[in-house]
Amino acid sequence: MTPNSESPTPSGSTATSNSEAPSSHAGPSSEARLPEAQAAPSEEIIRTEGLKKVYPGAEGQDDLTAVNGLDLLVHKGEIFGLLGPNGAGKTTTVGMLTTRVIPTAGKAFVGGVDVVAEPARAKHRIGVVNQANTLDRSLTVSENLYFHARYFGMNAKAANAATEEALERFKLVGRRKSEVRTLSGGMGRRLMVARAIMHRPAVLFLDEPTAGLDPQSRLALWDIVGELHDDGQTILLTTHYMEEADRFCNRVAIIDHGQILALDTPAKLKESADVRHDSASAAKAKLARLRALARVTEGEKLDDALQLADDDSPSESTADGDAFEGVTLESVFIELTGRDLRE
Amino acid sequence: MTETLAADSPGLTPALREAPPIPPFSKRTKFSAFRSLLLRDMSVLDKDLREFLPNTLVQPILLVFTLTYVFPEIGQGIGAGGNGGEARFATLLLGGMVAQAIIFSGIFRVALPVAREFDVTSEIEDRVLAPISVNLIAIERIVAGALQSFFAGLVVFPIAAFLPVTPIYVAVDWPILITVSFLVCFTSSAIGLTVGTRFDPRLVPPLASFVALPLAFLGCIFFTWNSLTPVLWLKYAVLINPLVYMSEGFRAALTEGVPIMPLPIIYGSLTGFTVLFTILGVTGFKKRVLS
Repeated sequence: MTPNSESPTPSGSTATSNSEAPSSHAGPSSEARLPEAQAAPSEEIIRTEGLKKVYPGAEGQDDLTAVNGLDLLVHKGEIFGLLGPNGAGKTTTVGMLTTRVIPTAGKAFVGGVDVVAEPARAKHRIGVVNQANTLDRSLTVSENLYFHARYFGMNAKAANAATEEALERFKLVGRRKSEVRTLSGGMGRRLMVARAIMHRPAVLFLDEPTAGLDPQSRLALWDIVGELHDDGQTILLTTHYMEEADRFCNRVAIIDHGQILALDTPAKLKESADVRHDSASAAKAKLARLRALARVTEGEKLDDALQLADDDSPSESTADGDAFEGVTLESVFIELTGRDLRE
Repeated sequence: MTETLAADSPGLTPALREAPPIPPFSKRTKFSAFRSLLLRDMSVLDKDLREFLPNTLVQPILLVFTLTYVFPEIGQGIGAGGNGGEARFATLLLGGMVAQAIIFSGIFRVALPVAREFDVTSEIEDRVLAPISVNLIAIERIVAGALQSFFAGLVVFPIAAFLPVTPIYVAVDWPILITVSFLVCFTSSAIGLTVGTRFDPRLVPPLASFVALPLAFLGCIFFTWNSLTPVLWLKYAVLINPLVYMSEGFRAALTEGVPIMPLPIIYGSLTGFTVLFTILGVTGFKKRVLS
């Protein structure tokens, strides 16, 4: 709870946000519109426009709209999280982006490739790690890597070299000859990640990457994800682990019933939730937070905020994310969806 | 095939710091992906040889041994009626044995793995995500299954040709052998893909076993189609069974002195079955992959 004094410097890379509004006047909305990922124009890796998937219902049942008009934009180098409960539409969304689910309407581009019009080309640009263990059980650890490289056009020599590199990098050298069914859950997941990035995909999809892993393996996997991120790998992951989304994602889209309920950095999401909770925060802080809220929420929620803003003529100032401790992404989620993530 | 695979499989090349570049997506991508998928399937077959050989060999060995060695030895001839009936039986059995080895290889070595890989293990995922259209991935599976079936036919041939005590009139007609083998192998593999993708995966193993029996006993393995004339209704009923044309086709290709059904009917039907089951198999595969 240590609000900074006036600090017009650009917001840092983490949980900076607006708070404490001294009376001195500043441009009313200059800082109120730039989520960090959009601060610098960068190459877009994923774009969806009105993406929709309706599964026809079984006899006598209604159609199921799994994804309902999704607009997403994921930039190069981002770790983007899709957060939502089971049945929210996360997996269907990933399915559409990875060519496995044919959209009912809308468009989806991955690495600039239309996934519906050119699925084979799109598959060349994506790496996928599913929640289930999809390792080829007829092959050994190294063969899983080797043949993957071959599918993507490497010749035998190059595929061998790439396999060696992957084995070393992912600390699987000692298990190269092992049958994949003998691997532990964590090791299997590691091999799946190694395999998925062998062909240098423009984006790596991780569907519930740590589901079912023990805590140690989970940490190890996040280390790997962090390293990949450092290398500039764009990653889209789905999860229902709030704390993971909070810690590791640059931006998070909270989705439910196939729609985005909120989309921002984890810090901003928590910040906006705190305001909506109308807790016993100081009035000035509340005002600044409402201004932050204006960036991410819908019109009717804006009304209050504007009213207050007029009263106080706020100015630019920042406070770090500690100001909102106690608010977790989970509470944001519950507030937005009216249900617990793990339901 | 085995040697090529051994040379291709991952060895102990020293690790490179810089991973080699991935070739950009081009028209060649699908060819290399197709070839690599085939390489994968063949290398798995190579590994599974210990399982593949007994599976393929046990039934034909037992059948040929019992019917064409034991029976004549104990004077309980089949196809008897004197005058070389036993020899004729052993001869007609040759085509039937090769045909049944191929069709069962297609059913058991395509349908069962495909059903399992889609359902229980999802291990087909990585192949489905290869940079090639789903149709071609399905076709690759049929080609791989056809090659496996061909090997199955190849290993069964000597058993059926040389094990019987009675002489067999082998007379290879190469053009027929090549064309019939091609059609039979592809039909069998496509049937396998159809069964493996179009039925509930849990039902596939019992279904395969269930289908195998009538297919085999009414597939003109043990008798020629012409010889069914006394049971006329059966003679026409068995025409829905693809194995009938396969057995007769191999008889035409491998043996002489056994009256078989007209060649145009064999070719026409085998071509029809190949096209039909390829379409059913590929669309079934697509349904499994895409939603």
